[in-house]
Amino acid sequence: MATTSTRPGGRRTAGTPRTFEQANRRLKWAMLAPALAFVGLMIVFPLLFTLNLGFTDAFGAVNADRSFVGLRNFQDALSDTRRFWPAIERTVVFTVGAVAVETALGLALAMLMRRAFRGMRWVRTILIIPLLTTPVAIGILWLLILDPTNGVANHILDSLGLPTQEFLGSVSQSLPTLMFIDVWQWTPMMTLLLLAGLSTLPEEPEEAALVDGAGPWQRFRHVVLPMLMPTLMTALVLRSVDALKTFDILYATKGPGGGSDYEVETLNVYAYGLTFDYQEYGLASAVLVLFTLFIIAVVVLLRRRAGRKEA
Amino acid sequence: MSTSSQGVSRRSFGKLAATAAVAAVGGTTLGACSTRGGTASPDAPLRVTAINHVWSHAIADRLEEIEDRIKRRVSLSMLTADQLTSSYNVKLNASATDVDVMMVRALQEQLLFAHNGWLVDLTDRVEGDAGFRWNDFQQAPRERSAVDGSVLSVPVVTERPALYYRRDLVEDFGGPPGTLDELMDLSLELADRRDNFFGFVGRGQRNGAVSQWSSFLYSFGGDFVVDGRSALATPEAIAAYEYYGRLLHETGPPGATNMSLEQAMPIFAQGKAAFYVDADAIYTNFLDPGVSTVQDEVGFAPFPAGPAGARPHNIPSWSLGINEFSLLRDDAWEFLRWASGPEMVAALQAEGIPGARESAWTDGGTLGSFPAELAETMRISAERGVGTDRPQVLQVARARDIVGRPLVAGILGESVPGVARDADAEFDEFLVRDNRYREG
Repeated sequence: MATTSTRPGGRRTAGTPRTFEQANRRLKWAMLAPALAFVGLMIVFPLLFTLNLGFTDAFGAVNADRSFVGLRNFQDALSDTRRFWPAIERTVVFTVGAVAVETALGLALAMLMRRAFRGMRWVRTILIIPLLTTPVAIGILWLLILDPTNGVANHILDSLGLPTQEFLGSVSQSLPTLMFIDVWQWTPMMTLLLLAGLSTLPEEPEEAALVDGAGPWQRFRHVVLPMLMPTLMTALVLRSVDALKTFDILYATKGPGGGSDYEVETLNVYAYGLTFDYQEYGLASAVLVLFTLFIIAVVVLLRRRAGRKEA
Repeated sequence: MSTSSQGVSRRSFGKLAATAAVAAVGGTTLGACSTRGGTASPDAPLRVTAINHVWSHAIADRLEEIEDRIKRRVSLSMLTADQLTSSYNVKLNASATDVDVMMVRALQEQLLFAHNGWLVDLTDRVEGDAGFRWNDFQQAPRERSAVDGSVLSVPVVTERPALYYRRDLVEDFGGPPGTLDELMDLSLELADRRDNFFGFVGRGQRNGAVSQWSSFLYSFGGDFVVDGRSALATPEAIAAYEYYGRLLHETGPPGATNMSLEQAMPIFAQGKAAFYVDADAIYTNFLDPGVSTVQDEVGFAPFPAGPAGARPHNIPSWSLGINEFSLLRDDAWEFLRWASGPEMVAALQAEGIPGARESAWTDGGTLGSFPAELAETMRISAERGVGTDRPQVLQVARARDIVGRPLVAGILGESVPGVARDADAEFDEFLVRDNRYREG
């Protein structure tokens, strides 16, 4: 039977058999089903389950009896000035500090590597080595290098006549040291992303600026940077979200609780501790929900800024 | 695309997501149900999850023996302590049946696992089996194996603190220190921190140091809890905090608050410290020329006496239990019976792995593999030992975090009493909440 579309823009056209269209629609869902089932099972269900746990007093075992406690876990988390708020502060300090340095260094390196030079392939290969190494291996490597008693770093400082440092053994030096390690590991990624962005920029605007007498800094500030902004903001969002969620390197170097004075306990480390060390699943879920909202807020903020810059 | 078709699409997506979520919930629930009351396949192996420890390696070498006995293959997995705990948390939360025999730390997780109903009650099996000789186990470890009168685990490895010292350095001072005062004096005397040599090295991490510090606390006359209330701000506890803090702050290595066993032990093994207090079970590290530069100089002494005498801990560091969801409980019990029986404990102790059976400790032959000085140290500590080295609560990790705060303050050279009072108040609140969990 031939039919005619009644909806503007509808997919059904004159002469399309209804059965074929129905089959096509079913096929669409059938093709989508595995992906949707995966998303449902691996993302939606855990998120809903975590949200549900956040409103209960779940403790000890997830499958044990639990009672609905309303917003109590959220209140407990938000009023916790001993662990929760300092963890937020450290998360922000770690992310902003590390990502800012990574962006600046990444941009500088990308600008330096923009023009082809001899040995560029080697430099690029060396650059990605930290990216390919697992964070736990990096943690152990730096623990050995920075060991206050037997580490290479203090031997070098000592041989140069400089005062030795405690590095990860110190309450005050641990967070900056870990930010340094993060910079060491992730600056190459920023460099590669920005290098890819630079390679797509047209050369004419820069050449025109050169003809007009603009110096290197002016060309970079007023020509290259505005054109690179979309790539830069994307790289910034990706790296910021990743830095906010940093866990492995912190845990590998400082252990549970982020050190003896909680000196590197970020929100992620705190939530892990609540779950696996304290078995306080209700409170841990509330913290994770707040953490997710926090990350979403950061992404929205950065996207908005990116939109404004692009406009 | 029209708005209506978009709306339909969203609804469809929502329905699908909800279906997936329900399916997942159903699947989990059904999965949990199916594990209870099922039967294991005759080909299914008996699965033993253990800590990567010399005991586990020694047992792994003997598995054929038990496999012949139960007519079933035994699969032994070894993990680190943290991995083991995380693995239990994940698997047992899902009522998993793929763990039969569980190696557990009776003092760290047994109360919580009992609360969760994850461990089989072994009371009838251990007490009803005359050949197993339950009363042969040392009293302190035996008591720690039970919760509310039910035996939930059987201790297989015990641990006490030992004072490791450098013979060559203490010779002129008349031998190793017998008291904590002497330990402090000698540590101060021998430390040369500018030249990277330390008087004393020990664990300094907030959480990790608590168990070793417990012997200092007991020897100063203190305890974690007295009459159900926090005892962290008693004069005895404060004195113990200040003592240990000063010992590490003034004579210990830099970065001590980041030190657990893995960081502290190599410092002594590399000949950079005069004294080290840690578990007696790790003595082989100092006799192995591949790791140690002090194998000819290391000495072993009992824990020094404090104002309340020498009161080291003597604990069941590792025990065996049976997973409540196991489908092979009888075979799992056979494994326990074999691995912790009098013959096996004597055989393993003769190889240098200290067990929990009195019969092994009174049999001179089983102590032959230990250096004579260490064997005597272990015997003395086992006699004097207190049966726990951490607060006996459901949330041991949280309790240790609280107890360790004044310790860290002391090691950092800060004033201890204020931090101890703060920790005391926090610990009191914690105990109330922990009791509530226990009753609930």
